[in-house]
Order: sequence, then structure tokens, then C-alpha cells
Amino acid sequence: MMGTKRTREGVLGLFQYLDTTTDAIRRLKQAGYEITVYSPTPRHELEEAIAEHESPVRIFTLVGAFTGTAAGAALAVWASLDWPLIVGGKEIVSLPAFVVIMFELTILLGALATLFGLFAAAKLPRIGKGEALYHPSLSAGNFGIFAHAPPAKHDEIRRILEESGSEEVLVEDA
Amino acid sequence: MATETHEASQERSIFHPEIGSYEEVNRDSARFLTKPGPGYVALLGLALVMAGIGLFAWMWQIAFGMGLSGKQNPVGWTVYITTFVFWVGIGHAGTLISAILLLFRAGWRQSIYRFAEAMTVFAVMTAGLFPIIHLGRPWTFYWLIPYPNQRELWPNFRSPLLWDVFAVTTYLTVSSLFFYAGMIPDIAAARDSTKVPWRKKFYTILALGWRGTHHEWKHWTRAYLFLAALATPLVLSVHSVVSWDFAISIVPGWHATIFAPYFVAGAILSGVAMVVTLMVPIRKIFGIRAYFTDLHFDRLGKLLLLTSLIVGLAYGIEYFIAWYSGELMERDVFWDRLFGDYWWAGWTMVIANVLVPQLLWSKRMRTNLNAFFVISIIVNIGMWYERFVIIVPTLARSYQPWKFVNHQITPVEAGIIIGSFGFFFLLFLVFLRYLPGISTAEIKEVLPPPMRNRKLPPPREERYAYETPAGYREVAE
Repeated sequence: MMGTKRTREGVLGLFQYLDTTTDAIRRLKQAGYEITVYSPTPRHELEEAIAEHESPVRIFTLVGAFTGTAAGAALAVWASLDWPLIVGGKEIVSLPAFVVIMFELTILLGALATLFGLFAAAKLPRIGKGEALYHPSLSAGNFGIFAHAPPAKHDEIRRILEESGSEEVLVEDA
Repeated sequence: MATETHEASQERSIFHPEIGSYEEVNRDSARFLTKPGPGYVALLGLALVMAGIGLFAWMWQIAFGMGLSGKQNPVGWTVYITTFVFWVGIGHAGTLISAILLLFRAGWRQSIYRFAEAMTVFAVMTAGLFPIIHLGRPWTFYWLIPYPNQRELWPNFRSPLLWDVFAVTTYLTVSSLFFYAGMIPDIAAARDSTKVPWRKKFYTILALGWRGTHHEWKHWTRAYLFLAALATPLVLSVHSVVSWDFAISIVPGWHATIFAPYFVAGAILSGVAMVVTLMVPIRKIFGIRAYFTDLHFDRLGKLLLLTSLIVGLAYGIEYFIAWYSGELMERDVFWDRLFGDYWWAGWTMVIANVLVPQLLWSKRMRTNLNAFFVISIIVNIGMWYERFVIIVPTLARSYQPWKFVNHQITPVEAGIIIGSFGFFFLLFLVFLRYLPGISTAEIKEVLPPPMRNRKLPPPREERYAYETPAGYREVAE
């Protein structure tokens, strides 16, 4: 999907503290490394340090919701015209009644599109090992930074990670 | 900057002062998934028996006909519709806690929302059974869904009953999506910590390869926020649509503009009561005081009190308008609710929903779990009776006196109601055992993050106020 395929080579630093993690992120970014940051919970401090673009999920939500509104209107209007039967002396196309259908489908398709957007943008489900090294403690209490780089750079990355306060450094050079 | 080492990281969350670290949350969450204990097994057995009674009663009704449900003219809607409205209503507090309180950034939501959202999903699943049970030929329920068929007939989009089909199915779908999307990071945490091989496989599949990278969190937090923003108007619409099943008709006692907000407030009242009914035993059985603290019960008590006052106001306005309208039939229907043959149901509703919750003005009652548990059960019963009072006596006393009947709850109906509770608790108990019942990732959002050198950063508008030491004091006061 992306232009160039990233290698799995790189160095993973595990951190116990949030502030040491953000320090390391800033230093690695300054040194020009491409990084993947892990955290057990979303933190604004990390987001600010990484400073990436806004998520595209909102576009999915908006388009999905409006598609739902249109689909609800189309379904109710078309089905009523397809078998025109006057009920209770009301118009065949009784828009006020159809508002409920339009509203519910707005929400339904908006929510489905949001979830689809999440899966598409976050590349879920991820099958296989993924692009970066992982450690089970990253879902419990540790923060982690994986810097993508060929083996020649590993020593420098290790130095930056350890200087910033990484408690454990793992290397992937296969 | 690096002068006061370690000081900031010793800050505690005001919501969970007993929780010291991120790892502790994961350990406690994993405890749910490993040790069931005798209390749990007993409850599971009870739920199974109750669900079995319900299944048997339903089969009995299918085999021998709808007469067993006590339906008769003009009382065509009876306790099945009552129980349907009851269960849909139960779901509403779950969405209130999980979605609306998320938008309000109410930090006490984090540790209880997973239960509440599970309650929503299972309550709506239970509710969904009732329109089907209510049908004489339940196997044709799918005729309500608009799909191309050989007779080219479409359902009537002007009917509130069809709106209800759309509202309830949308509600079930969106609640399930929200429930699952929120759970993905916690399933990943369970995957990383479990030692049981089949559980590992199970969680690996459900976690979809989640690892908590910054890309994933970025998209997840947005998607989660938008799902909450979509669920918020949805939940208000669902019980409004349910209320229009009644209010759009021209039956005295039903044809009122107040019905939508009245039903929504009642739904949240009953739902909050059910949250408390579930939380008290869970806290006892699983020993998770650190997560369901007195503060949580205090806040829930205030919510229950508020909605009870709104419901009380709605009762008052209903009676006032019935009198003020000058409509003879309208006046009679409302007089009959409290002083007619169904006086016992009418007074149960008023006492249980309006008078008993007034005890919660006292903080001692809100934080006394035994008392609060009893109050919550009384409100649950009262809210069931509210729907009963709206539906059955109204139909039993329609315009012409020769049509007056007295509806008796039959054994089959009682069996199915018991069964619905069994079904709901069965789903809930199985959920507790196999999926993360407290949200590890979201509780960590309200814990002060571990800091080595620096103090926590100053608060910003979109942050939780209590993330900073100053914020703690502010919220604590």
C-alpha cells in the first residue's frame, strides 16, 4: 500500500516513564529516524511529540453518515412509490414520517463507515509479524519506541534510547 | 527541570486512589478471566435455570397458541411489549455512561463503562426477542425488514412500528460496534498476558493484531470519539421512537407530546438502576473495590436521583395535562391508573420510581451499597410497572365500557419474563468470564502517567481536568 516497503530491521527501546519516552521521541526524530511508538493507553504528550497529521477517519464518518441519510430517503420514497397505497389519508411520499428512517440510517452507515475507516487507516486486522518489533509488556505498563533502520545505525539508536532513559533495548537485525 | 524526582509519579487518581501503576490494572483485569469462584458458578446456574424456564414457556406458547399469553381484545399489547420497552430502556444508561459521558469527559465513567456497554448490548438483544415472542407466528418476523420479495410488497414506512425496527436494529448494531471497537486494545492486553493456549488463540483473533502503536491509537481515538458522537443522538432517538409506538396512536393516555422525553428519562432511570444492581454483586464477587469506588456509586446515585426527578415531573405533567385538556376519556384513563382496578400497579410505579429514590439525597445512602442495591432493585421493579401501567390498563379501559376487561398475567407470560432475565444474566456472566470486563486502556487514561523527571504538564482544554495535580484538587473539592 505504501510507496516503499519498510524493513523489519531496527531497534526497540522499552520505557517505564512517559517523560523519558517523549524525550527519546524528540531526539530520534531530530536525528531523522522513522519511528513507531507504542503505548498502553493513548496520551496527548506522545501525540504532541510525534506530531503527525490528523486521522482520516473523520472523512469516512462524514461520507458514511450522509450516504445513510440519502439511502434512508431513497429507500422510503422509492418503496412507497413502488406500491402506492394511501394509508390514513396521508401523502404517498410522507417526508416527516421518513425522517426517522433517514436519521437511523444516517447513524447506522456513519458508524459502520467509522469502523471501516478505523480498520483501513490503522491497517487492521494485521496479519503476520508487522513492520516493527513488539513486546508483550507494551500493552501493560511500558511505553516503547521502535526506530526503523538498517543494522549499521543500530548502535547510534541504542545510544540515544539509553541516554534518554530506556530501561531495556531490543534489536531486530534479521 | 529534573529537581523533584519521582514526586509527580506518586500522584494518585482521585477516581482510583488505590491503583498505583499501569501494570496493576492489567493484573486486576486478568483476574476476572481466571478465577470464577463459587459465587459466580451459583449465579451462572441460576441464570441457566431461569433462561430454561423462559425457553420452555415460549415453546409451550408456540405449541398451544397465543391464548396462553392472556392476550384478548382489546388488550392486544400486554406484558411482552411491557418487557420489550423495559429492556430497551435498560440499555440506555449503558450508552449514556459509555458515549455521552465520554463526550463530557467524565473521568468516573472509565472503570464502569465496559460493564454498562455490555449491559446495553445484552439488554437490547433481550429486548429484541420480545416483539418476536409477541408475534403469533414468530418465524415470520423477517417480514418487517424491507427486502425485495416476490410480491413486491414493502413495509409501511409511515408506521412507528417500522421506525422501531429501524431504531432498535440500528441501536443493537451501533452499540455492538462501539462495544467491540472499545474492547480491541483490552483484548490485545489479555492476549499478551494470558497463559492459557486456547485463550491466547481466541484473543489473538479478536484483537485483530492490535499493538498500541501511535498510528493505531491516533485512528482509534478518533473513531471512538465519532462512534460516541453518533451513539449519543441515537440513544435519545431510540426510546423516542419506542414512545411513538404509543404516542402516534390516538388512544387516550398514549397520545401525548411529552412521551419522547418522558420515555428517555425513564429509560435512563431504569438503566442506571440496573447498572447499580449489576455493579454491587460484581464488586463483592470479584473484589474490585479499587475500580468501583464509593465515588462511582455516589455519582451514579446522583444520576439516578436526577432522572427520578425528571420522571416524577413527567408523571405530574401527564396528570396535569389530562385534567387541563378537559377530555373526559383522557381524565378517566389517568384517574383509573391510580384509583381504578389497576391501582396497585399505578402506586407501585409512583412509589418505586419517584418516592423511594428520594432517599438518595443523602450521601450516606448513595455510598451504602446494601441500601443502594435495594433501592436499585425497587426502581427496576417500578420501571417495569411504569410500562405496564402505560400499556395494559390503558387498553383494558378504552372508550366503550362493554369492552372493559381485566388482564391477568398468565404463567406463560411470567415464565417468559423470568426467562428474559435469565437470558440477560447468562450473557452477562459469560461476558465477564471471557472478555475484559474492565477497560484497562481507558482506566489508564485517568491514572497519572509515570514520570521520572518532570511534573505533569499544565492542563489543556481537551485534556481531562484531573490529569494535573492542580486538577486533582479542583475535582476533589
